[in-house]
Amino acid sequence: MSDKKSLLPDLGRRDVLRGAGLGVLALAGGGLTTKEALATPESAAKALSSLTGGGNITDGKVEVKLPEIAENGRTVPITVTVDSPMSEGDYVKSIHIVSEGNPSPEVASFNLSPMAGKAEVSTRMRLGKTQNIRAAAVMSDGKVYGGVKEVKVTIGGCGG
Amino acid sequence: MAKKPRVKVPKKAKAGDIVQIKTLISHKMETGNRKDKKTGKLIPRMIINKFTCNFNGKEVMSADLHPSIAANPYFAFYAKATESGTFDFTWTDDAGKSVSASGKMTVS
Repeated sequence: MSDKKSLLPDLGRRDVLRGAGLGVLALAGGGLTTKEALATPESAAKALSSLTGGGNITDGKVEVKLPEIAENGRTVPITVTVDSPMSEGDYVKSIHIVSEGNPSPEVASFNLSPMAGKAEVSTRMRLGKTQNIRAAAVMSDGKVYGGVKEVKVTIGGCGG
Repeated sequence: MAKKPRVKVPKKAKAGDIVQIKTLISHKMETGNRKDKKTGKLIPRMIINKFTCNFNGKEVMSADLHPSIAANPYFAFYAKATESGTFDFTWTDDAGKSVSASGKMTVS
């Protein structure tokens, strides 16, 4: 019972008791749908490649910051920093984030300009399970750099 | 669509400073993967799919968003202070509805 409660934090005790049977069915169903459509390292790499224009992605310059362990996958802070002077002649044009284990690989794409001054963006994302999060940055000269971070997830946050 | 957004822009800055901007908006960011517990049907996707920040009409940052962004989307990013002016922020959802907010910054 305690196990169920932690999976369904929004339900009250009575709801849990009343819907115990139904809940098991719903969970099973939800599990199936997410399994069918889950992103994989391959689909994430493909999505990142198409977002960044299909060229080579060189490791480096891009740092993905995420907690080592995300207790609740519903909202996890993520910051992506790119090593760039952000001057008129040398800046980051875009930053793309993809997930290797959420229902779809794309997370967010940020378009920047030299007006940003610093190539760093932060947001909060959902994490369905323990996975790698990849980010890539397209520079003003067309080069593409990438970074990756593994995050362990205790409770997934992609619904189901 | 969404409730009044909150934006944090420094009121004052020196020319050349790089300032941090933070925004937060209330939105459930329905993924389209969730099922209605009573009917078993999928709840249709309804997320904010676009966020933009302009300064005096020029784009500082824009973002294309997907369902993996958490509910109540939060963004923090930077802008270089060059002149006094206004930051304009716009959030647009899947239904095409948008919400705007703005913040003034004086540069000395």
